[in-house]
Amino acid sequence: MLSTEDDILRAAEGWRREGRAVALATVIETWGSAPRPVGSHLVIDGDSRFLGSVSGGCVEGEVITEALDVIEDGRPRTLEFGVADETAWRAGLSCGGRIRVFVERID
Amino acid sequence: MRLDTLSALNAERAARRAALIVTDPGDGSQRLVRAAAIDADPLGPLLRERLRSGRSGLAEGPDGRPVFVAVHAPPVRFVVVGAVHISQALVPLAGQLGLDLAVIDPRTAFASPERFPGVRLIAEWPDKALEEIGPLDAYTALAALTHDPKIDDPALVAALRADCAYIGALGSRKTHARRVERLTAAGFDAAAIGRIHAPIGLDIGAVSPAEIALSILAQLVATLRKGRIEDRIKAPDAARAGA
Repeated sequence: MLSTEDDILRAAEGWRREGRAVALATVIETWGSAPRPVGSHLVIDGDSRFLGSVSGGCVEGEVITEALDVIEDGRPRTLEFGVADETAWRAGLSCGGRIRVFVERID
Repeated sequence: MRLDTLSALNAERAARRAALIVTDPGDGSQRLVRAAAIDADPLGPLLRERLRSGRSGLAEGPDGRPVFVAVHAPPVRFVVVGAVHISQALVPLAGQLGLDLAVIDPRTAFASPERFPGVRLIAEWPDKALEEIGPLDAYTALAALTHDPKIDDPALVAALRADCAYIGALGSRKTHARRVERLTAAGFDAAAIGRIHAPIGLDIGAVSPAEIALSILAQLVATLRKGRIEDRIKAPDAARAGA
């Protein structure tokens, strides 16, 4: 309400219209002290360029890797990250929270 | 997301109209629900509540499957009437909160870029200035801070007509009593006038301009976040006057 994801969604549309392959990641659920609120977006193109944030930098690398797979096969995925997660050592949230991120292709 | 859905969403946002995206995270199916179409939607009451609270999140769909509801409400604009000392203190705080701020004041001695560097500043009377800013709406907050009814009143009238999300007016209870008389004479009923937070700001004992600015923004955030219908922050006497 008090801030806007406007630029990211506009960028997602603009990138796709330019003919780039584009995926959109959205925080759909958070537990504990998550760094970015539900509804936050990260837009990724086929060359791993990205804009926005789903975790303030903690797990973006992992999300981008998954986004490239989504761009490839078009199948949306839901990813989960947190310190309790087995991936914590490579993509964990130092804040101790957990987040779930939905990644979809823009078709 | 389909590109046409994304385009339609961005078009609603550009027009400052609220919209929601309902997604089934299981299969990725998705639809856009415009604010005007909420009541006809199978998830109507849920979507209405989500839009009111401004909170995106998972919910139960009609068939029991989880759906993700993304709320896209327009960014809140904050129109400050009066290029006064308090307004100078409001500028940095409002910026931190992500409010899209505009300051209007026809008195060019007050509305000078030296006093308000980097701020959208309109040195016009409210009627003219509001034309320039664009129509006030339910996602606009307005604070009248000049102490001058010639400037404050037309802005307050415009804000009441537009059903602005938050309306506040500076001035003592005595000043506000006279304001109520003028607005009543102008045809507004007690319920409408009761929507004006006056004296403006949460009662935190604010003294300095920065403290008053903080009290105004705290009240604005409380009104936006907690919903203006069940406004528990509002003083009981003000709530009664608005009933």
